[in-house]
Amino acid sequence: MRKLKIGDLEKISEKVRKTSSLRQGKARAKVTIHMGTCGIAAGARKVLTALMEATEKAKLKDIIVTTSGCAGLCSSEPMVTLDIAGEPPIKYVKLTPEKIEKILKEHIINGNILKKYALAIGNERTH
Amino acid sequence: MNEHRLHLLVCAGTGCVACGSFKIRKELEKEIVKQGLQDEVKVVATECQGFCEGGPIVIVQPDGIFYQRLAAADIPNLVTEHLLKGKPVKKLMYTPSRQEPPVPKMMDIGFFKHQRLVVLKNRGRLNPENIDEYIGFDGYQAFEKALARMDPEEIIFEVKKSGLRGRGGAGFPTGTKWEMCRNARGSIKYIVCNGDEGDPGAFMDRSVLEADPHTVIEGMLIGARAMGAEKGFIYVRSEYPLALKQLNIALEQAEAYGLVGRNILGTDFSFTIEVFPGAGAFVCGEETALLASIEGRVGRPRTRPPYPVEKGLWDKPTCINNVETWANVPNIILRGADWFSSIGTETSKGTKIFSLVGKINNTGLVEVPMGISLREIIFDIGGGIAKGKNFKAVQTGGPSGGCIPGELLDLPIDYESLTRAGSIMGSGGMIVMDEDTCMVDLARYFLKFTVEESCGKCTPCRVGTRHLVELLDKICEGDGEEGDLERLEFLANTVKSTSLCGLGQTAPNPVLTTIKYFRDEYNAHIKEKMCPALICKALIEFRVIQEKCTGCQRCVSVCPTGAITGPRAQPHNLDKSKCIKCRACYEICKFDAIAGDAIKIISMEEQES
Repeated sequence: MRKLKIGDLEKISEKVRKTSSLRQGKARAKVTIHMGTCGIAAGARKVLTALMEATEKAKLKDIIVTTSGCAGLCSSEPMVTLDIAGEPPIKYVKLTPEKIEKILKEHIINGNILKKYALAIGNERTH
Repeated sequence: MNEHRLHLLVCAGTGCVACGSFKIRKELEKEIVKQGLQDEVKVVATECQGFCEGGPIVIVQPDGIFYQRLAAADIPNLVTEHLLKGKPVKKLMYTPSRQEPPVPKMMDIGFFKHQRLVVLKNRGRLNPENIDEYIGFDGYQAFEKALARMDPEEIIFEVKKSGLRGRGGAGFPTGTKWEMCRNARGSIKYIVCNGDEGDPGAFMDRSVLEADPHTVIEGMLIGARAMGAEKGFIYVRSEYPLALKQLNIALEQAEAYGLVGRNILGTDFSFTIEVFPGAGAFVCGEETALLASIEGRVGRPRTRPPYPVEKGLWDKPTCINNVETWANVPNIILRGADWFSSIGTETSKGTKIFSLVGKINNTGLVEVPMGISLREIIFDIGGGIAKGKNFKAVQTGGPSGGCIPGELLDLPIDYESLTRAGSIMGSGGMIVMDEDTCMVDLARYFLKFTVEESCGKCTPCRVGTRHLVELLDKICEGDGEEGDLERLEFLANTVKSTSLCGLGQTAPNPVLTTIKYFRDEYNAHIKEKMCPALICKALIEFRVIQEKCTGCQRCVSVCPTGAITGPRAQPHNLDKSKCIKCRACYEICKFDAIAGDAIKIISMEEQES
């Protein structure tokens, strides 16, 4: 990382948007596991580990697994947001290692939404 | 809908915003004015429409035309062809699939629908361990603007104009504090972020520091530029290890990019930040105690004036603000004071984050515009009271706040109206209580907390809070006497008006508000030796109502001491000598066959018989 000058931020911002966007980037899907203290206390680490192991076992190269902070609805943790290129993001809640493996198989690989684990699709509203 | 011929609904869901929908909205408004259509076409921001894969989305009503993936360059043509000439631009259109999604949209979920994200706008979408992601969401653009294109006076003017008030709870106008610090005598100034967050049940600041720490760093950079400070401290309680970790990672990366440190962004502006962990004292959330703690002295408050802006850290002018206050600043600088002050009420601008906890269905972190009612937060966002019970009261402001009863649920959330009701906004903790909460016991709980946390420096707080607890203990044990309520009130008011700092000055609030709104409950404890909520163990005895008991044995299976016995399908019996009054049987019984009686009344009857 080099020290930035005035004007560099805009360039980084554009580059990041391009590479992280599922539309333009190389990945087909992105799973964000919400790991604020609430998520971790509810067991998100186990869910993350299970997902990473399952992804490796299935030899999936076009999936991004990442983490973020708390997504707000602490009572429904552990929670993930799944972004698949061409679809609105979906939030899966009250997860366990078993459920995330099912989601990987059913939704990420086979393309079928698992309604019984899903909370909602779409995004929140910024003011 | 009658005045304008067309409405343009521009999605403000975080997904579309991340794709630039705010810029699109600005371009649309500009082009509409340019082409003289402002009286016919209105631009409106909406919540997420659920078509995030095609964002930025604009819907033209009443035509029902969806435009997707709009770029700024598309706008002039779109306005001319569709809005002026009435010919929709086919190549920009999006046809939503006819099939209804099997899963509800975010905007259908009450918890999310009513929130408006400003400080939390990146939530769920950002990995705080990668500064590039923050930059990708316009991070540090506000600071670059403040550094390269604004004067310090302009920055302060903008913050003042926005109407931002301290989010730590006292609500002092932030811009005014910044101005006072800038104008204070001396060339060495300090900036401090108060991340102590001691209120039980409050986790707003923790969430911001864990999930989006750069918002705070950026806010402090802007403040440092405005006030002329070269050094800043972020004080975070040690009980927040994840927040400390994320903050340190974020700071390291910001330093690597030269956004923090010497000669920032190649200019002669320098600012360094030190993260300072607390050591477990609630009182160190009080600003002067916090500053003493940073100086290496015992965390005890001092009298004010002089206020920290005049004499703070090492007697130098110091601007200390709460985490949420700092996190609001980049948004104000980037989107303007006018935008910020369009949210909220006349006296309380912007949004407030609350940690919604207690007997509520949807527990979590909510960001709402000031002025929203308590009813909306608790029932629309919170999803109402858990287990179908009835709402009794809501505590705002933690141990410094007060309880607000059902008849005041339509109170708008703003600094003044909460204070008028006897409570305070506080840092944002919001604890919801149901019919099973004893308000006297609750007041005792909060006072026991403040007694432990009192630093001991001033007599009213050190001795007064202890006596308040003793009186409350006495009442909850069934030894309340005539005059105790008046003694409580007098003592509470004395502690409130004579304590040295905010801890003592606000500690009596839970007592005063519960007495104000639930006086009957206190009288029941004192005069009738009864706890209506069946919580104070010394005042209740449980028994089985034989006529109602069906012998289902549910209570038998949960009783931890075997106090309830009885064969299946026959009325059970409760052995009082074994009962520890844990309420497990009372809560599980579906036939209302467990009753709680006042002990003293029964023993009087027994005496008479």
